Amino acid sequence: MNIDKIVVTILGLFGSVFTYWFFLMKKDKEVSVTDLVDILVAGGYSPAVISIPLGKTTQINFFRKDPNSCLEEVVLADFKIRKFLPLNQKVTVQIKPQVKGTFNFSCGMGMFHGKIVVK
Amino acid sequence: MPNVKKTFSIKGMHCASCVYALEKALKAVPGVSNAVVNLASEKATVDYDTSTVSEDLLSDAVSGAGYKADMSSGPSIDEVQAAKLLEQKTLRNKAVVSLVLGGLIFWGSFPGLIDTSPALLQNFFVQMFMTIPVQFWAGLSFYRATISALKKRSANMDTLVSIGTTVAFVYSAVVTIFPSTVEKVGLEPMPYFDTAAVIIGLILLGRYLEARAKAGTSEAIKKLIGLQAKTARVVKDGKDHDIPIEEVRIGDLIRVRPGEKVPVDGIIIEGQSSIDESMISGESIPVDKVGGEVVIGATMNKTGMFTFKATKIGSDTMLAQIIKLVEDAQGSKAPIQRIADQISSYFVPVVLMLAILTFVIWYVVGSTDPLLFAILNTVAVLIIACPCAMGLATPTAIMVGTGKGAEHGILIKDAESLETANKINTVIFDKTGTLTNGKPVVTDTLAFGNHAEKDILFMAATIERASEHSLAEAIVKEAEKENIELGSINKFQAVPGQGVTGEVGHKKILFGNRRLMEENSIDFNSASDQVLKLENFGKTVMLLAIDGALAGIVAVADTLKDSAVDGVRALKDLGIESVMITGDNQRTASAIAAKVGITKVLAEVLPDQKEAEVRKIQALGKKVAMIGDGINDAPALAAADVGIAMGSGTDVAIEAANITLINKNLKSVAAAITLSKKTMRTIKTNLFWAFGYNVVLIPVAMGILYPFFEILLNPIYASMAMALSSISVVGNSLFLKQIKLKA
Repeated sequence: MNIDKIVVTILGLFGSVFTYWFFLMKKDKEVSVTDLVDILVAGGYSPAVISIPLGKTTQINFFRKDPNSCLEEVVLADFKIRKFLPLNQKVTVQIKPQVKGTFNFSCGMGMFHGKIVVK
Repeated sequence: MPNVKKTFSIKGMHCASCVYALEKALKAVPGVSNAVVNLASEKATVDYDTSTVSEDLLSDAVSGAGYKADMSSGPSIDEVQAAKLLEQKTLRNKAVVSLVLGGLIFWGSFPGLIDTSPALLQNFFVQMFMTIPVQFWAGLSFYRATISALKKRSANMDTLVSIGTTVAFVYSAVVTIFPSTVEKVGLEPMPYFDTAAVIIGLILLGRYLEARAKAGTSEAIKKLIGLQAKTARVVKDGKDHDIPIEEVRIGDLIRVRPGEKVPVDGIIIEGQSSIDESMISGESIPVDKVGGEVVIGATMNKTGMFTFKATKIGSDTMLAQIIKLVEDAQGSKAPIQRIADQISSYFVPVVLMLAILTFVIWYVVGSTDPLLFAILNTVAVLIIACPCAMGLATPTAIMVGTGKGAEHGILIKDAESLETANKINTVIFDKTGTLTNGKPVVTDTLAFGNHAEKDILFMAATIERASEHSLAEAIVKEAEKENIELGSINKFQAVPGQGVTGEVGHKKILFGNRRLMEENSIDFNSASDQVLKLENFGKTVMLLAIDGALAGIVAVADTLKDSAVDGVRALKDLGIESVMITGDNQRTASAIAAKVGITKVLAEVLPDQKEAEVRKIQALGKKVAMIGDGINDAPALAAADVGIAMGSGTDVAIEAANITLINKNLKSVAAAITLSKKTMRTIKTNLFWAFGYNVVLIPVAMGILYPFFEILLNPIYASMAMALSSISVVGNSLFLKQIKLKA
């Protein structure tokens, strides 16, 4: 095998491992919220993991700055909420969780994810 | 103390002092704990106690300060619509420019066409300069999305498109600018600008078409919102005033003329009319309404003029509840979607790894032009992969399905209910108020001896007028219908479980069941055949004795709903077994069941035992839908796999029900199940295509067919297939709109 092929193989291997580590092994930091949180929608959700109190109304303001159409909707399926997020506009949702647990939210196509941890 | 936080828009603010004035006005409302007004966003956020503060109070406080409050949070439907249209327009313009430029480049570089093109288009530098706006203007959104996603360590469709087209563009640019260097490494200096430009053009076109099609999936909500009347004619001080619908308050008297929409929910005070409620209930025949009856906002007044008192406004109206319920259902997730979600979240990183693998394999193993083949096949893999189709497969079908249901008066609570309804094989009908109208009427009046039928009804109605028994109302109503003037009664006495006694004029009257007659030694043997016959028809029979002798019989029965027989038959056609559950005795119950075509009857079941009966049937392995009114049988509805409530009045959000039939039509039970089956079939087809597409075409793009048939996937075809895959899934969901529901 020529040296270039060996180099390409090694780089390919490295690239695959890096891809796996970069995308699939990330850990999102949990942000504790009492009654209001602003979530920036750009390439995903910031913060992507929020913890909120049980039985209290929490207001989540989504602010989409990313033109990617994947992110044009946010779905909080466990709270039966699907909202269109116009670009550069704040969209507010209010939730009042009645049970503890972790609830996912995602974009309309299920590509970008976030979590709501009810404590 | 139920505290809530509400954010709403304020109109009319222009300076910082407005903020102060508004905050002061809002905080002055007793029960408001905090109020923050933001001038830039023109919004107020108020914390308040719902037991003392209403939205109206807040609205009044804002009005009192000289501004206007808009209590609906977030952008309005019009704003959302405008934003969507703008995004669609941008996509369309970019797609057109990209495809025109891409088409010209394609013409100047595709082997079969190149000879017909002008020399200018064949120039590599010209091609490069034509590609630059496509790559970096039209494709800018792909880069932006990729960069912001990478910052969050995530990746999506745009990541794949931007990497794929960038690789094609950079390779082509290097070939164009440094042809001799490329030749030195043994490559033909042939650029692939057409690949980059056409891919971007086709993907943008695909997105534009997808956005338009997706707008069709949420049409139901738009239609419902569009039903809302804009103004109401409120009667104040004897004069009519046209005011915006938002300003109508509970208790306002509203006049509605023929051909006008009923603005909000209420009760008719004066006048009568025929009202078309089809937009709400799906029922096409107009309903006649008189004083005291409920009218529903957004329905159309056909013939008469009437005045009604507003009883429900804003978010409490039936229309608002329906919209909320449909929105909720569309925001929920079907269990079947979980697999797609799982795969979607790993999809793009896995495709990136497969693209790297493709490059390495083609570079290492490829015999001729390994670098070129490695690049082209890697680009094909990146472009062909389509996670969007998987993501769209379930929600688009759910949105169309729930919207279709709403059009026919079938309100589905959530996607899970829609999915479960697909598996139903047994339907339990509660009898009273569900299969029947729940309003007993007199069906037979028989007179014996020298008594006339009218005398019997006169006596029965006169004595029953003093009774509180549920059947008494039916008898009194029948007498009124026959224009019989009732007499006065003396010595009235109710005998529990038997009937009533008393004196009308000088005559001693007994009216009740067999036991009452037996207790008073009245011989009714001569009528026993007739009694038995009436009971066999499911009727409740009452005997009337005058001065110690049997004089007549009054039979009362709850009437079957017009749709009962057809409703049960429609279920039978779907292969679903119907069961009737009732507190009636076996003979009456069986007689009614036979009339509607139900063979399995659960009779003499007390209300609190209905839930246990549902569970018993479930224990046999059946998937059970329980149909009831949602009030008396709430536990049974909740226990069933799918609880279906018949709508009553203007309340649609029946807690225990998974599905509410606001048209009160029993044929809608079968229609709801059919809708569920069709929606699930659409979802499964969508998922099959979306998964199948990726599972089959990604390996083809990697070149798996090359060793056997020398088939490779041109990245341009890959982008075409990719664009089509999403559109086909959305299009398939839109086909659900075409199904005919017999509701």
